[in-house]
Amino acid sequence: MAEIIQEEKGGKKKGHKGSPHIDMTPMVDLMCLLVTFFMLTTSMSKAKVMEINLPEKIKDPTKQEAPKISASRTLNVVLGPDNKIYWYPGTVKPEEYNNLPPMFQTDFSASGIRQMLLERNRSLFKKINEYEQQVVSGKLVISQDSLRNAISQLKKDDDTGPIVLIKAYKKATYGNFVDILDEMNICGIARYTFVDITWYEEKMVEAASGIPSTATASTN
Amino acid sequence: MPKIKLAHSSPHIDMTPMVDLFSVLLTFLMMTTQMRQQEPVTVDTPYSISEKPTPDFNMMTFLVGTDNRVFMNFDNGPDTLLKFRPKILVEMGKHYGIEFTEAEQIEFENYPAAMGVPINRMKEFLHTQEYKEREAFQTGIPIDSTDNQLAYWILFARQVNPNFQACIKGDSKTEFPLVKKVLDILQDKNVNKFNLVTSLEATKINLEEIQQ
Repeated sequence: MAEIIQEEKGGKKKGHKGSPHIDMTPMVDLMCLLVTFFMLTTSMSKAKVMEINLPEKIKDPTKQEAPKISASRTLNVVLGPDNKIYWYPGTVKPEEYNNLPPMFQTDFSASGIRQMLLERNRSLFKKINEYEQQVVSGKLVISQDSLRNAISQLKKDDDTGPIVLIKAYKKATYGNFVDILDEMNICGIARYTFVDITWYEEKMVEAASGIPSTATASTN
Repeated sequence: MPKIKLAHSSPHIDMTPMVDLFSVLLTFLMMTTQMRQQEPVTVDTPYSISEKPTPDFNMMTFLVGTDNRVFMNFDNGPDTLLKFRPKILVEMGKHYGIEFTEAEQIEFENYPAAMGVPINRMKEFLHTQEYKEREAFQTGIPIDSTDNQLAYWILFARQVNPNFQACIKGDSKTEFPLVKKVLDILQDKNVNKFNLVTSLEATKINLEEIQQ
């Protein structure tokens, strides 16, 4: 292109007033647009992942025993049909299947499960929040990595928050599963895991949601 | 005098260098952009607040669609010389008594998307070139307890590359029992750490919200 311009400048007709230049401005505009587009799409197309660690399967129940957790801190959260969540505190003994406690019904909104979890996890959530505030306001200068470590240490030391056992009724969807794990991260729950649903919990969900019962004592 | 001369010279700014610069940038960006893989099923991943990006390699991805089909995808590893994919295929073939030729291995190595082909039809699948014809083979990997090919894919993948991380990509409307089945198969093979693929969604909560 530079050559063309030089040639023109070298000039056959001096009196030619209409510029022999090609106006590059629209081309620049276009390229600007394309560059911006590509820059934005490349950074956004990358999918994110959420990590989850599941407890190891107990393959031989005679040799290994299920870990014991305190009933007062246990919170059972069951993913039900139609994007509903059913929960109850404590534990239920299978022997009491004729007298099962009622389940509380809630949903995935901010005033539903999140409020319920935050109420129970307030002290830890406050601690994490204060710590983050200190970093944000510049009182505490640490790197992103050590912030993450500090928060996981806070979670580890916590002994007041709930231990959440997540279970899924067979009509739940994968989206519900991801949502509930996400809710755990939002609320800063220190201890949560996903476990298999028991037959009496299936019964409790069915009683709470009004689905005709399909579970029997033999299904596990 | 010089002042007058200056006024005569063109007030245009020469845009040519700018165009050059943009072309270079554009070319670079176009080259580096990874083309979005054509997945055999469209999955609508659920949202989460997780900001961890997907790892670039050492991933075994399990795609669980809404229509009860399970697909798998492995990557070739951080170095193309490692050739994890053909190695896994050969191991798999050995177990099922199928021998894959060099050409078939290369075809498998370069296949860009997730596949859900039962092993006995894998040969035919690798020989077809047409996208539409290939679609017919994608019936999902068998995961029944009688013919659990997914378990063997996982087993051989982890034999070839012990660093493989499990990654589950599901549609938010997928029925959970199917995902649970895949998780159970993975746990049977002692994989207890999973990455769930999600899209980013910002959620903010403040202290006042919980103090009310």
